[in-house]
Amino acid sequence: MYYIEPHIHMVSRVTDDYERIARMGCVAVSEPAFWAGFDRGSVDGFRDYFRQLTEFEPKRAGWSGIQHYTWLCINAKEAENVELSREVIKMIPEFINNKGVLGVGEIGLNKNTKNESIIFQEHVQLAMELDELILIHTPHLQDKLKGTRMIIDMLMSDRRVQPERVLIDHVEEHTVGLAKEEGFWCAMTLYPITKCTPSRAADIIEAYGDDRIMVNSAGDWGPSNPIAVPDFIQELRRRGHPESKIKKIVYDNPLEFFRQCKRFEFTPPDTLADNSEIAEPQKA
Amino acid sequence: MIAAAQSAPEVFEQTFLLTRAKILEIAATLDRLDRAESAESVRSDPRFRQIQQGLEILLSDGFHRAAQVQELFSDRYDPNWMKKYLTTGERPILSPSVPH
Ligand SMILES: [Zn+2]
Repeated sequence: MYYIEPHIHMVSRVTDDYERIARMGCVAVSEPAFWAGFDRGSVDGFRDYFRQLTEFEPKRAGWSGIQHYTWLCINAKEAENVELSREVIKMIPEFINNKGVLGVGEIGLNKNTKNESIIFQEHVQLAMELDELILIHTPHLQDKLKGTRMIIDMLMSDRRVQPERVLIDHVEEHTVGLAKEEGFWCAMTLYPITKCTPSRAADIIEAYGDDRIMVNSAGDWGPSNPIAVPDFIQELRRRGHPESKIKKIVYDNPLEFFRQCKRFEFTPPDTLADNSEIAEPQKA
Repeated sequence: MIAAAQSAPEVFEQTFLLTRAKILEIAATLDRLDRAESAESVRSDPRFRQIQQGLEILLSDGFHRAAQVQELFSDRYDPNWMKKYLTTGERPILSPSVPH
């Protein structure tokens, strides 16, 4: 089955991982901007990172036939530095219209601090001004429930925010209902220890339905499994769920959300083999 | 809610050994704690109480045990947080359509 990996940090992964996920059926990845494993010292560090995300990673993904999309922001961890964050936010418009950029993300909260909240709102402000989609990181472990509520409070207090243009990521049993009730998209992250397992993600689908929800591996620096989405597909199959339903979650839903971005261009895998057909309309 | 694709006996057959293994793992961990030096200091750790409460949730009925365990291990949310955090003049300038 073809699938889309809607949240993975390929800058932290090797080229072999692109090849492996391609062999498992992955046709596209979306890579949110995040933490580099260390706090960057200047806005130029972010400028180089945004170039990596918009120039080099699409090329590297292309070597395995994968279409690469990305999101831009300063992540919640580094948002504690308000001054640097404001410089980065000011720079985002330089890159936002590049091919493959889907919007502002992954913004959010990490330790639920005041500075993180301020920078979160400034990112939302930018996204509203530029009419961009938003991808949101919710905190880990004991901070998640409180942080998700705080994020939803901030989004709901801004009347310009359209919930269907916002994706709240890393939802689990105690936060999925909060996000879905208010009309936001949401995603579950399949991590070996700290987030959802494939079977718990399947349970959440059975409890909350398959609308406005997707799954991802969020592969990054820590223990994570870049082929976690195929594990989830296998779990739903084992439980006897129909292929059409599985495809909706791992392929159709990400496409439906991404298509709201005015720059989004996607070549379905079934048409990739016949290049002449794709090229024709462009010549005309 | 989407009906689970499997019947309860099917789910039970497939998960019995796994559940048994997970219970054993917890039992052995608690034994290891009690066997080790200064076991008493762990018993007074608030996180140990959380573990005990988590085990109590497992014995309750209903469909929401997983969410209840998640809530047990979550920080408290204060609905007035925004007033405390964002009314000190540092709130970004939002468009006039936004209620402050
Ligand atoms: Zn991430």
